[in-house]
Amino acid sequence: MLRTITKTLIGAVFAGGLLVPHAFAETTLNALFMAQAAYSEADVRAMTDAFTKANPDVKVNLEFVPYEGLHDKTVLAQGSGGGYDVVLFDVIWPAEYATNKVLVDVTSKITDDMKKGVLPGAWTTVQYDGKYYGMPWILDTKYLFYNKDILEKAGIKTPPKTWEELGAQAKIIQDKGLLKTPIAWSWSQAEAAICDYTTLVSAYGGDFLKDGKPDFQNGGGLSALKYMVDSYKSGLTNPNSKEFLEEDVRKVFENGDAAFALNWTYMYNMANDPKDSKVAGKVGVVPAPGVTGISEVSAVNGSMGLGVTAVSKHPDEAWKYITFMTSQATQNQYAKLSLPIWASSYDDPAVTKGQEELIAAAKLGLAAMYPRPTTPKYQELSTALQQAIQESLLGQSSPEDALKTAAQNSGL
Amino acid sequence: MSSTWMTTRAWLLMLPLLVVMVAVIGWPLVDTVGLSFTDAKLVGTGGNYVGFDNYTNMLSSSNFSRTLVTTTLFAVISVAAEMVIGVLAALLLNQQFHGRAVLRALMILPWALPTVVNATLWRLIYNPEYGALNAALTQLHLIDAYRSWLGEPGTALAALIVADCWKNFPLVALIALAALQAVPRDITAASLVDGAGAFNRFRFVILPYLAGPLMVALVLRTIEAFKVFDIIWVMTRGGPANSTRTLSILVYQEAFSFQRAGSGASLALIVTLLVTVLAAAYAALVRKTAGSAA
Repeated sequence: MLRTITKTLIGAVFAGGLLVPHAFAETTLNALFMAQAAYSEADVRAMTDAFTKANPDVKVNLEFVPYEGLHDKTVLAQGSGGGYDVVLFDVIWPAEYATNKVLVDVTSKITDDMKKGVLPGAWTTVQYDGKYYGMPWILDTKYLFYNKDILEKAGIKTPPKTWEELGAQAKIIQDKGLLKTPIAWSWSQAEAAICDYTTLVSAYGGDFLKDGKPDFQNGGGLSALKYMVDSYKSGLTNPNSKEFLEEDVRKVFENGDAAFALNWTYMYNMANDPKDSKVAGKVGVVPAPGVTGISEVSAVNGSMGLGVTAVSKHPDEAWKYITFMTSQATQNQYAKLSLPIWASSYDDPAVTKGQEELIAAAKLGLAAMYPRPTTPKYQELSTALQQAIQESLLGQSSPEDALKTAAQNSGL
Repeated sequence: MSSTWMTTRAWLLMLPLLVVMVAVIGWPLVDTVGLSFTDAKLVGTGGNYVGFDNYTNMLSSSNFSRTLVTTTLFAVISVAAEMVIGVLAALLLNQQFHGRAVLRALMILPWALPTVVNATLWRLIYNPEYGALNAALTQLHLIDAYRSWLGEPGTALAALIVADCWKNFPLVALIALAALQAVPRDITAASLVDGAGAFNRFRFVILPYLAGPLMVALVLRTIEAFKVFDIIWVMTRGGPANSTRTLSILVYQEAFSFQRAGSGASLALIVTLLVTVLAAAYAALVRKTAGSAA
C-alpha cells in the first residue's frame, strides 16, 4: 500500500516535470527460477529481499516455473526478444546457451576469491569451451535415501554399498513382507529419468560420447539400462516409477512406501520434517552405490547456475544480484534444502548442524559427480534417451536395440 | 444508393478488422511459410534456403506417422464421446425438474476451469499410489491392485481422453441445450399424440433442430482436439514412451526444445493444412445438412 502511494507520488512528480531525487532511480531486474527441488520459492524470495534491502535502487521481479519448463521458457523469452535479465540454468545447457548466445560470457568477472573458494567440481556447471557463463548456485547430485526403520525391521545393518547389494537388500525387505516394491525412482519421460540413468552410467564406468559420437549403447551405458530394466522386471522397483518425477518419489518415500529412493539434496530435510512426512527422523542418506571392481560410489552432476542473459539491459546489476545470491553468507544461511558451493562451508558448524549425515554423503557424492554430455544438441540426445529408457522398461524393445535407436536419433 | 457504393462502404467498414487480421494472422502465416523452407534456428541468425527438405524429412519420419495416428485416435474418440455425452446431458437438462438451474451451472464448471487446473486435478485422480480412481475401483472390486494409468501405453491415451471429455463435453451440451430450447412445444406435443416413441421423437422431431448447431460444435471440437497440447503436456508430456505424443507436442519439441524453427514451421503448416481440410469438409457437410433440414 505504502509502496503504491510512493509510486503514485513519484509518478505525480514525474508528471509535474520536476526533478526526481536520485535515490528513487530504480533498475528493475527480471529473474527466472524454478519451482521445485533445491531452494524453495520462499527461500529465493527471502534471499532476494535481503539483496534489495542492501541495494534499494534495484528491484527484482521473480518468476518461478517447474523445472520441465525452465529451458524452453528461457529460450522462448530470448527468441521473442527480451524478458529476463537473470536465469537459472541446468548443467546440461551451457553448451547450447553459449553456442546460441543466450547467456553472456562472464569469464572476466569471476574473481580469484571465487576461483579459490568454490569447490572445483562446481565450475563445470557453468563452463563451456573454457569460458564461464555464470556462477554455480545449486550444487546437487542424487543420493540414495533409505528408510532406517524398514532396514532395521528387515535386519539389515548397513545401507548398500553396491547396486547389486541394493537389489539383494530390497529382496529381503520384499520377502519379509515389509514392502511390496521397496525401491522408488523418477523414470517418467523427462530429464529426471536421464539423471537416474546417468547415476548408473557413472557407477558402471560408461561413456555417453566418444569422440563426439554416441557411446552409451555399449559397455557401461548398456549395463546401466539393463540394471534399470532388471530392477523393474524383478518387481523390486515400484512399477509406478515409470511415471514418477522427483516430487512423486518424495511423496512415496515420505509416506513410508519406499525403503530406498534416489533423489536430490532437498529431500533430506523435507522428509525429516514431521509436519508433512511420516518418516521424519528415520531418513538415512548415503552416496548412490557403486559397482564392484568399477566404482565406489556413483553420482550425477545435477548442479545449476545463475547467468546473465545476452538481452539484459542491466548486466552489471544482474551480475551484482547473482554475486549476492551465490555468496557464501547467503548460501550458508539457506543450507537446508541445497548445499553451498563453497568448500569451507562444509566444515562450518552453522551449515552442518543437524544434517551431518547429509554432509558426509555430500563429501563423497559431490566429489564423484559425473556430467551429462556437453553438447549443443543435448535436448535431442536426452529426448532420444528418455524414449529408449521408457521403451525398455515397458518391454517394447530390448535395452540393446533401444539404445542403438537412441544413438541414431541423438542428432549427433 | 448504387450497389457499388454499398459494396465500397461494406469494405470500408470492414477495413479496420482486415488490417488487424492481416497484422496478427496474415503476416505471421506468411512468415512461417517462409521460415519452413529454411534451416533456421530459433535464436541466432536466419537460416539457409533448403527447399522442401523440411517437409520431406518430416513426412517420411516414423515420428510423424506415429504421432499422426495418436492425434487422430485422440481427436476421433474424444470428440465422438463429447458429442454423445453432451447431447445426453442437454436432453437431461432440458427436462423440468427440481434443481435444474444448479445442475446447469455446475455443468459449466469443468469447461470454465483453466486446462492446466483440469489437467492437474486429473493427474491427482490418476495418481498410481494415492489417486482417487485407484481407491474407488479397488473398493468396488473392479481392479485387484492399484494401476499406473498414465504410466502404461495401453491406458495413458484413454486416461487423457477421459480428462479431455470431462473438460469439453459441457461446450457441446451448452450448444445442444440452446438448440433444444428452440424446439417448438406444439411439435413435440403433436408427435406424442401421434404415438411416436421416445427414440423416434428424438430421431425425427428433435434431431433436425439439433443438426446444424451440433455440426458447429463438431467442427469446433475436432479442430481443437486435433491441436491438443496443454492437457497432455501437463499430464504426460507425451509419455510413456511417446504413446501420447500429439502433433502439437511434436511441433513444440521441434521448434522450441530442439530449436529447429524451420523444421518446426514446416510441421506446424502441415498440421494447419490438415485442420483446414477437416474444417472445410465439415463446413460442406454443415451446408448440406442445413439444406436438407430446411
